[in-house]
Amino acid sequence: MTRTTRAWLLSDAPQTRRQARLGALYQGWLTFRANRLAMVGLAILVLLVLVAGFAPWIAPQNPYAQNLAQRLQPPSAQHWLGTDALGRDILSRLIFGSRITLFIVGTVALIAPVIGLFVGTVAGFAGGWVDQVLMRITDIFLAFPKLILALAFVAALGPGIGNAVLALAITSWPPYARLARAETLTIRRADYIAAARLQGAGPLRLLIGHVWPLCVSSLIVRVALDMAGIILSAAGLGFLGLGAQPPMPEWGAMISDGRSYILDFWWVAAMPGLAIFVVSLAFNLLGDGLRDVLDPRGGRE
Amino acid sequence: MVQPDMLDQPGRDGPPPAAGAPSGRAMRLGRRFAGVALSLVLTLLGLLLVTFVIGRIMPIDPVLKVVGERATQAQYDAAYQAMGLDKPIWQQFLRYMAEVLRGDFGRSISTGHAVAQDLRRVFPATLELATLGTMIGVLVGVPLGVVAAARRGGWIDQVARVVALVGYSMPIFWLGLMGLLLFYGILGWVGGPGRQGIVYDGMVPTVTGLILVDSLVAGDWAAFRDAFSHIVLPAGLLGYFSLAYISRMTRSFMLEQLSAEYVVTARVKGLSERRVIWGHAFRNILVPLVTVIALSFGSLLEGSVLTEIVFSWPGIGQYITKALLAGDMNAVLGGTVVVGTCFVALNLLSDILYRLLDPRAT
Amino acid sequence: MTPLLSVRNLRVAFPTRSGLFEAVRGVSFELGRERLGVVGESGSGKTMTGRAILGLVRPPGRVDADRMALSGESILNLPERRMRRLRGARISMVMQDPKFSLNPVMTVGRQIVEGYRLHTGVSRAQARDKALEMLAAVQIRDPERVFHAYPHEVSGGMGQRIMIAMMLAPDPEILIADEPTSALDVSVRNEVLRILDRLVRERGMGLIFISHDLNLVAQFCDRVLIMYAGRVVEELPARDLHAARHPYTQGLLNSLPRLDRPVERLAVLQRQAGWRDAPPEGAA
Repeated sequence: MTRTTRAWLLSDAPQTRRQARLGALYQGWLTFRANRLAMVGLAILVLLVLVAGFAPWIAPQNPYAQNLAQRLQPPSAQHWLGTDALGRDILSRLIFGSRITLFIVGTVALIAPVIGLFVGTVAGFAGGWVDQVLMRITDIFLAFPKLILALAFVAALGPGIGNAVLALAITSWPPYARLARAETLTIRRADYIAAARLQGAGPLRLLIGHVWPLCVSSLIVRVALDMAGIILSAAGLGFLGLGAQPPMPEWGAMISDGRSYILDFWWVAAMPGLAIFVVSLAFNLLGDGLRDVLDPRGGRE
Repeated sequence: MVQPDMLDQPGRDGPPPAAGAPSGRAMRLGRRFAGVALSLVLTLLGLLLVTFVIGRIMPIDPVLKVVGERATQAQYDAAYQAMGLDKPIWQQFLRYMAEVLRGDFGRSISTGHAVAQDLRRVFPATLELATLGTMIGVLVGVPLGVVAAARRGGWIDQVARVVALVGYSMPIFWLGLMGLLLFYGILGWVGGPGRQGIVYDGMVPTVTGLILVDSLVAGDWAAFRDAFSHIVLPAGLLGYFSLAYISRMTRSFMLEQLSAEYVVTARVKGLSERRVIWGHAFRNILVPLVTVIALSFGSLLEGSVLTEIVFSWPGIGQYITKALLAGDMNAVLGGTVVVGTCFVALNLLSDILYRLLDPRAT
Repeated sequence: MTPLLSVRNLRVAFPTRSGLFEAVRGVSFELGRERLGVVGESGSGKTMTGRAILGLVRPPGRVDADRMALSGESILNLPERRMRRLRGARISMVMQDPKFSLNPVMTVGRQIVEGYRLHTGVSRAQARDKALEMLAAVQIRDPERVFHAYPHEVSGGMGQRIMIAMMLAPDPEILIADEPTSALDVSVRNEVLRILDRLVRERGMGLIFISHDLNLVAQFCDRVLIMYAGRVVEELPARDLHAARHPYTQGLLNSLPRLDRPVERLAVLQRQAGWRDAPPEGAA
C-alpha cells in the first residue's frame, strides 16, 4: 500500500463519509492484524475454504471409492491418513467433508442470528406485552437442553443434513435474541432515536435504519465465537447418526464409524476428530480477534 | 451554621432503615419470589407445550406402537380412543399436562417399564457424573480464573487461556474416545465403559442411586474403587469442559472487579494482595459466579448426552438418545421434561442464592 | 525540621502502543503539617501523583524520582511488603466517590475494622470500639446502626464520612484526599469538608487535597500547587491565589464565574504548548 493511501485512511479529519468508514475499517484491520493468533485462525479458515472449493482437484482419491482389500490401513505414503473400514482414503474424505462442515456452519450462522435479531429488536423496541411474550418464548427455548432439543427435532423431522441444520438453527437463536434485545434497550433511549422520531420516522424505519445496524457488530462477534460451538454440535449430531447420512464424509459420522475399531485402528476415529478440533479452534481464535476489533467494550479479554 | 445532625435527615443522608423494620424487606422479597415463581411456571408450561408439539409432529403413529403392526382395525380404534386421540387437541394437551403433573410419563415401548420408573433409574447416574464434573470444574476453574486475572498476562494466564481455548474447540465425544483409547486401552489405568465392572453390578444396595455414595454407605471399598475407576475418566472429561468455561468467566468477572475503586481502597488500607483479591474482589464476583456454575451444571446434565454414549454410561442422555432412535416418544418426552425441569430449577436456585449473597438484592 | 513528605522530580510513565506516556513529569514539593492543595484539569497528573506517593501505580506503569521521603526515610520503590506497612498506617487516601470506593458486599464496620486491626493488631472488640468511636468522630449520629449497614444503605455524604473514618482510624500522618467532595451533593459538601478539616487539624496531620475546584482549594488550603500536563506550573500560598502570575492559573481563575465581578462572557481557557516545559512560577 502506498504511503498516501495509508495516510488518507488514517486521517484524523476525514473529508467524506466514505473516507471515515474505510478509515474505521482499516483501523480495525490493523488491530486485528496485530493479534497473531487471530491471524492464524484466519489463515486456517481461508485454507479450509480453499480446500473445500477445490476438493475434487486436491483430494488424492475418490472419497466414496471402496476398496475392501485396502481396509483399515494405517497412515502411509499411499494413504497419508490411512483408510477406513471400507478401504476409503481418510484424507480424501476429510477434504470433501470440509464442504459439509462449511455448509452447516454457514447456513446456521446465517439463519440463527437473523431470527434472533428480529425477535430481540422487536421485543426490545416494542416493549410491553410484545416484549413479555417474545422473551417468554425465548426463555422456554433457553430452558431446553439444546442438544436434546436438536435431537428431538431431527428425530421428528427425520435424520439428514438439512434437518440437522434446521434443528441447530432453531435451538441456537435465543441467545442472539437476548443480546439484540439488550442492545435495543440501550439504543432505544438514545437521543438520536428521539431525533429521528421527531423527524417523523416510523417504528419500522427506526428499527431497520437505526436499531439493526447498531446491533449487527455485537451479533457478528457473538456468531464468530459461536461458530465453533455450531461445528461441535453438528459433529455431535453426525456422531449420533442424526446428521449427514452415509456414505457422506461428514466428520462427526466418520468418528462414529471409527468408534468400533478404536482400540486397534485408532486413526480412523482420530483423524476426523483432529480436523474438527483444528477448524473449531480456528473459529475461536478468529472470534477472539474480531471481538477485540468490533467490541472494544468487551476489552481484551 | 448548620448542625451536622440536621443533615442526617432520613432519605438523603440518614442512617439505613432500622433493623427492626423487616416487614418491608420481607414483603419485597415475597413479591420478588412470586414474580420469579410465576415466570418459572410459565416456562415449565411452555416446556410441556413444546414437548407435546414435538410428540404430535413426530412421523410415528403412537397407536401402532402400542397395539402392534398386526392389530385389527377394531383394536386399533379402541386404543385410539383409549389414548384420547379422538378428542380436540387442547383436551389432549390438558390430559398430557395432568399426567405429567402426576409424574406419569406413560410406558416406554423399548424398555417395557413406566417411563417414570426408568427415569428414577437413569437420572442418578447422570446426576453423579455431572456433579463430579462440576466439582472438578469449580475446584480447578475458579482458582485458575482468579489467579489468571490477578497475574494478567503472566504464564498462568497464558496456560488458562490455552486450556480454555482447547476446551472450547474440542469435540467432547472424540476426546472421550481418545481418553478411553489411552487410559483404558493402552495404559489400563481406568475402568472401561459403563458405571461398574460386571462383578460389582447390583452388588451394592441402592440408597441414593449414586454408586459412589451407596458403596460408601454400604462400606464396600472394593465397589467404591471400582465405581471410581469407571467414573473418573468421563467425570474428568466433563470437568475439563466445565473448567474451561468457569475459569474464563471467573477471569473476566475478576478483571472487572479488580479495576474497581474499592480495590484501590483496600490497597490503600495496606492489605496484602491476597486479601485484596480473595477478601474483597472475589466476594464481589460470587453472585455472577454462582449463576455461571449453575449454568455449567445444567449444561453438563444435558451435555453428558455424548459423553454417556461414548462411555456407555447408563444415564438420562443415553436413555433419551436410544429412545429417540427407537421412536419411543414417551421416553423421549419424559426425559426431556425432567432435564428441562432441572434447568429451570437451577435457574431458580441461582436466583435464590443471588438474593442471599448480595446484600443489595431485596 | 524534616518535612512530613518530600518529593523531588517525581515521574510516572506508562508504556502505550504509541510510545511512553508520561503522566507526571518531574513534580517536586514538600509537605509539612499543613493543607496542601493540588489543582489542575483532568489529565494533569494530580491523581497519579497521589497514587505514586502511595506506591499504587501498577505495572506496567513506572515511578521514578530523585527523592521521595516520608519523615526523612526514602519510600521510593520500596519492596511491596514494606510499602504495605506504610500504606494505611502512615499515609492514607480518601477517594472521590464512596459509591465505588466502599466494598459493596461488606458491612461498613468490617471495612473499618479490617484496616485498623491490620496495623494495630488489637482484638476484635477493641477494633470495634475504635470503629464506633471513629464513626462518632465523623459525626454519624447512630454509629452502632451504621456499623452494621452495607454501603448501599447509606447516602453519599455519609459514605464519604465513613471513608474518612476508615482511613483515619489507624492514625496516619498524611492523608491524600483525591476530589473528596466532587461526587457529593452540594448541600453536604461543606459538612464533609469541615469534618475532614477538623480531624486533620486535631491530629496535626499533613493533608494533600487534590481538586479541580480552584475556589474550594483557595478557601480550604494553606498552599496551592497548580499542575498542568504532568508538571507543577505554579506554587503559591492559597490567600495569594488571586495574584497568580502564571497565565494558566490566571486562565483557570478567569474561567470561573464570580458574583462580585460579573462578566458578559466567561473567558475560554487558552493553553500554550510552551507551558509544558517551562520551569514553575513561584518555586524559588
